[in-house]
Amino acid sequence: MTQYGFHFNGQRCTGCKACVMACKDKNDLSEDINFRNVHEYGGGTWTQDEAGCWVSDAFAYPVSIACNHCAKPICMANCPQGAISKDDETGQVWSDPEKCIGCGTCMNSCPYGAPKVDMEQMKSVKCDMCADQVKEGNLPICVAACPRRALDFGEIEELRATYGDVAEIAPLPAASETEPCLVITMPRNGKPVGDTTGAALNEREIL
Amino acid sequence: MTNSEKSALSRRTFVKGSALAGLGAAALGTTSLFGCAPSGKSEDLAETGEEIQPVEEKICWGHCSVNCETRCALRFHVVDDEVKWVETDNTGNDEYGAHQLRACQRGRSIRRWINHPDRLKAPMKRVGTRGEGKFEEISWDEAIDTIASEYQRILDTYGPEAVYCHYATGVNAGNIGGFLSRLVNMNGGSLRRYGSYSSAQISQALPWLYGGRAANGNSDVANSKLVVLWGDNSCETKQSGGGPTYHYMEGLEKSGAKVIVIDPRYSDTAAAHADQWIPIRPGTDAALVDACAYVMITEDLVNHDFLEKYCIGFDDSTMPEDKKGKGLSYSDYITGKGEDKTPKTPEWASAITLIPADVITQLARDIATTKPCAIYQGKGPQRRGNGEQTARAICMMAVLTGNVGINGGNTGSDLDSFYMPASYGVPSDDNPVEVSIATFTWTDAIDHGEQMTATKDGVRGADKLNVPIKMIWNYAGNCLTNQHGDINHAHEILADDTKCEFIVLWDTFLTDSAKYADILLPDLMPVEQPNIVQSEYSGNVAYAIAGDAITSPKFERRTLYSVLSDVADKLGQKEAFTEGRDEMGWLQYIYEAGAADDPDQPSFEQLMEQHIYMVTCPDGEHVAFKDFRDDPEANPLDTPSGKIEIYSQALMDAVADWELPEGDFIHALPVYCPEVEGYDDPLTEKYPLQLTGFHYKGRTHSSYGCIEVLKKANPQELWINPLDAQERNIADGDTVRVTNDRGIVEIVAKVTPRIIPGTVAMGQGAWHDADMNGDKVDRGGCINTLTSHRPSPYAKANPQHTNLVEVAKA
Repeated sequence: MTQYGFHFNGQRCTGCKACVMACKDKNDLSEDINFRNVHEYGGGTWTQDEAGCWVSDAFAYPVSIACNHCAKPICMANCPQGAISKDDETGQVWSDPEKCIGCGTCMNSCPYGAPKVDMEQMKSVKCDMCADQVKEGNLPICVAACPRRALDFGEIEELRATYGDVAEIAPLPAASETEPCLVITMPRNGKPVGDTTGAALNEREIL
Repeated sequence: MTNSEKSALSRRTFVKGSALAGLGAAALGTTSLFGCAPSGKSEDLAETGEEIQPVEEKICWGHCSVNCETRCALRFHVVDDEVKWVETDNTGNDEYGAHQLRACQRGRSIRRWINHPDRLKAPMKRVGTRGEGKFEEISWDEAIDTIASEYQRILDTYGPEAVYCHYATGVNAGNIGGFLSRLVNMNGGSLRRYGSYSSAQISQALPWLYGGRAANGNSDVANSKLVVLWGDNSCETKQSGGGPTYHYMEGLEKSGAKVIVIDPRYSDTAAAHADQWIPIRPGTDAALVDACAYVMITEDLVNHDFLEKYCIGFDDSTMPEDKKGKGLSYSDYITGKGEDKTPKTPEWASAITLIPADVITQLARDIATTKPCAIYQGKGPQRRGNGEQTARAICMMAVLTGNVGINGGNTGSDLDSFYMPASYGVPSDDNPVEVSIATFTWTDAIDHGEQMTATKDGVRGADKLNVPIKMIWNYAGNCLTNQHGDINHAHEILADDTKCEFIVLWDTFLTDSAKYADILLPDLMPVEQPNIVQSEYSGNVAYAIAGDAITSPKFERRTLYSVLSDVADKLGQKEAFTEGRDEMGWLQYIYEAGAADDPDQPSFEQLMEQHIYMVTCPDGEHVAFKDFRDDPEANPLDTPSGKIEIYSQALMDAVADWELPEGDFIHALPVYCPEVEGYDDPLTEKYPLQLTGFHYKGRTHSSYGCIEVLKKANPQELWINPLDAQERNIADGDTVRVTNDRGIVEIVAKVTPRIIPGTVAMGQGAWHDADMNGDKVDRGGCINTLTSHRPSPYAKANPQHTNLVEVAKA
């Protein structure tokens, strides 16, 4: 089986959200649903020296994440309807709308927040790797959108050969949880999974 | 057929079962990967039971036309005369140098603007009081009759000096907005303006230093060893995949240069690029420069050869003869031998900037000893009450170290670029009116124009204004209120329709400014008409993007050109105005006229086939003042001495008889001066926090400001440091009130370590949302509810980043 995945280059991403909006436009998503999100992780403290000047170790960096079409998809394991499966040819994790009842178990299980429940259709919805685009030989729309060329897509083994095998970074979960098909190039100030010096800084923007 | 007849025929909605349904199916995952129908063919939806005909999809090229200072290509997927979805440039192999002109999140959301249900649909006239926002639909005939007769009445009564074409940048397309000045200049012209809301202080200040405002194209950081981004937040402001953020990335990956970001905020640029972030108290950048200069001078790190050969005023050896020996030189001022006898030590600056002295010393050494070093300022530091001094001062870092005119260096000015050999614009007669005002002072020119003088208000071309502004033409701009300083003040002036008697305004939405129109006209988007745009800041690769109308006009919307053609007809000037051309005829004419400056440009037919025309800088990189650096005798600067004038006698002479209000400073040297309503203003007792604006990534100024998906992704929030929030019992996500004597903004607090304590920040451009007949509390989060209309000292420009406020839980 060929398994496809994404590469995120944290040294290039500025958190501009072109990926988010390109996806939203192409998939005609409602205001309240994103298939891709950009997390802002940051922290640091401020202290005043004797002269009253500020000294700070503040930091922040963005992480752009969609469905990672995991090797061990917990959404699939937890779906009470057996609606979620992995495509044999591509590794795409997808939900069969004929079986899906929109219960939201997948949404609540996924540590990346990838599946959503479309409340109008009462179905699970999420990133499908832009199947239609890829079939035509194009890149997924988010990858082709990135103004800083910070995203890549391809066979996960090739991505790992090119970019390494890091698949976790704060504030994402440990890669061992679901084995995401994701390769991360760490941002210059990136923090490891489990870091306690920072926090997610933009929760209101995550849909 | 007239345009309005055409538009009446073209009103249509989505045909049921058109390709949108296919998108829904794809998103639901009804098709296994790589097994779905070809793009552009609709999927059969079993549930509906209806037979659905495949729909033809066409791809049309256009661009995003807003004023972010970059330009991006868009590819519109159009079905049934409606935009279905939008791609960006995906042509070629995307190699740097022949790269794709990829759009940012704003351009990628343009469909929601184009198809927005709240778009203006028909011409309207005001029926309530000005600013109330009450309008009644009228016919195009009535609109054009009213415009022509009011225009003629105002010309007859007050003359062309009472007519004003307002600063407006919502549409950047070479072939569209220029028709307004073409018509107005055929009718005696209008009151001129100088400066902008973007860059007035720097553009008015730098000519005294350099004879002009110029910088290296920023792709030249590929040749730098150190890059200092001094309030430059290009990664957030100019996100284009063919613009500065992309060029910075490619250049820095190539050079591996160290990057220092100086900014009150840990901006997205800092997050992406900074090896070191130096948080600074807003408005004190020039004090940081002074102290760095002190270190460089006292540690003998300045470039003496450069200062001697290319500059005047560094020390007495290059001062004007009659100024020597008086402690007036830059070196004397910095080292404490000048008028104030104060050495500008790092300790002196640390108390002003809140940057530790050892950080200042190290910054000075880094800048002086790492060669070449590129200093780029953004436009944030200059958009202040002391912005002219700040803009010149930052350039001193480049001057003292001799980084001007070389690859990998820069002048210290803001972004610049290689530009196309030809520029495509609507031909127009010269404006016969010679008098001009500073752009920011137009409310004064309405309120008491006849009292405005050259020495008090910066009126140019005459000693004073003869008449106030009585009519405003406003095409695609939101500077009547939303983007101007002190909205509540502007409201008072505009609401009185005996002052400015007639306002005609085009837009796509009922913006806050549009509420003040007397005649409000529904514009077409630039991509809904033939269009061409040229790159602005794009490193060493300039380009043009051209396209035809992506759809036919909907509702009663018309092009600016067709409306003005009808106005010209009423004025008996139709032939002279149109020269018999339609929109596409003009586009072709304008483009082909460019062949005089660019003989290699493709034919018009070819352009409309390829849509993008790129030109690469023949010198590799654009380097400002390179000729001067290579041969200063043969290529002098446009200053009185032909050299870099660190000490500017010319500036002092120009303002010798000016009446400056208390607290305003114009200095012969590019050094720190305090500002009214700065950090040390006594007003801090009442309003202890500084409030600065910034350019927010979810909008370009106010453009895209009403697009819901962008608002969700980029919520309008007040950045506040945890220490300041704690002191006020404010938690992240709380609604707070930001207050000063000019107004109140209600907004959600983003409590974040990404901003220096003592300063709060609000992205500029959010849509003002207040009951102007009631409490006037702005719940839209528009910073200009709180900004001042008091102009800066020399440029008489907008100090929109200089504000004092208090913040409390709502």
